[in-house]
Amino acid sequence: MTQSSFRSEVLDGVRAILPLLLAAAPIGFVFGAVAGGNGLSPLETFLMSALVFAGGSQFIAMDLWTHPASWAALGFAALLVNLRHILMGASLERSLQLFRPLQKLPALLVMADENWAIAEARARRTVLTPAFYLGLSLPFYLGWIAASLAGALLGALIGDVAVYGLDFAFPAVFIVLLMGFWKGRETGLVLAASAIAALTVHKLVPGAWYIAAGALAGLAAAFIPLAPKEQVA
Amino acid sequence: MSIDPTTFAAILAMMTATVFTRLSGAFLVRRFTLGEKAEKALGVVPPAVLMAVVAPTAFATGIAETVACAVTALAALRLPLLPAAGAGVATVAVLRVMGL
Repeated sequence: MTQSSFRSEVLDGVRAILPLLLAAAPIGFVFGAVAGGNGLSPLETFLMSALVFAGGSQFIAMDLWTHPASWAALGFAALLVNLRHILMGASLERSLQLFRPLQKLPALLVMADENWAIAEARARRTVLTPAFYLGLSLPFYLGWIAASLAGALLGALIGDVAVYGLDFAFPAVFIVLLMGFWKGRETGLVLAASAIAALTVHKLVPGAWYIAAGALAGLAAAFIPLAPKEQVA
Repeated sequence: MSIDPTTFAAILAMMTATVFTRLSGAFLVRRFTLGEKAEKALGVVPPAVLMAVVAPTAFATGIAETVACAVTALAALRLPLLPAAGAGVATVAVLRVMGL
């Protein structure tokens, strides 16, 4: 790859992640503020965002936080919330053909919903280059850490983000991305299965099991249209 | 500024969990060759995960959230990402002010 196309791929990635970074920054700020309220020092908040880098499990951890912190309960909760990453990683791996082994490792380690969803969407339209993925992931990683550190330092100043609808930024972005994956009735079946399973489990089981349940139900539904023709009603 | 040992242990436990989930999917795909069906099924993982994440907000949180999700989905048919998501955020903010 030439120098100029490397640069343009990185810039394309930065441009693609920018709206998501804008959506994530207030959430990161809120996380930092909540962590401060739970007695985490700014340094501890910074470390959690840098080492865990998973918004969902960090928020669940704040829900479950105790004094002293229970590493077993928090580690298990993080595992549950991020079970979807196993499926996401399996799916992403197929889009990483241009990545050298040493590039794949950091690419997977910073995989989050946002950069993953854009990378997968990119891989459907064209090839996913390491440069594009770098442009996606580096600003997002640093932005998440900076936002949560800012929240830890200045958190007391902010009011309730729900008033401005900012808490809705994430679902809204995910819905827009979701619409881009529509490929007809087969997709409808997958979405219906995922939604029904997620809602049922969300109602019955506390914690983040619903995400894994929905993902697995959607995956199972994908096999239905592939059944032999005679069995189709 | 301080680091409490039990807090640090919790952070490391969470890190271990997320490193495991992030790496194991790709490892499994590399290790085992997938059939055509499994390949095709993995293609539905992105929409299935996204749907599961938004389902409680879309269908089980409140009228404002459900309406805003529908507005966002319709806006996404015509608008790029940021304006479409912005339409959803504006909708939810207005409906909440109205007390829905």
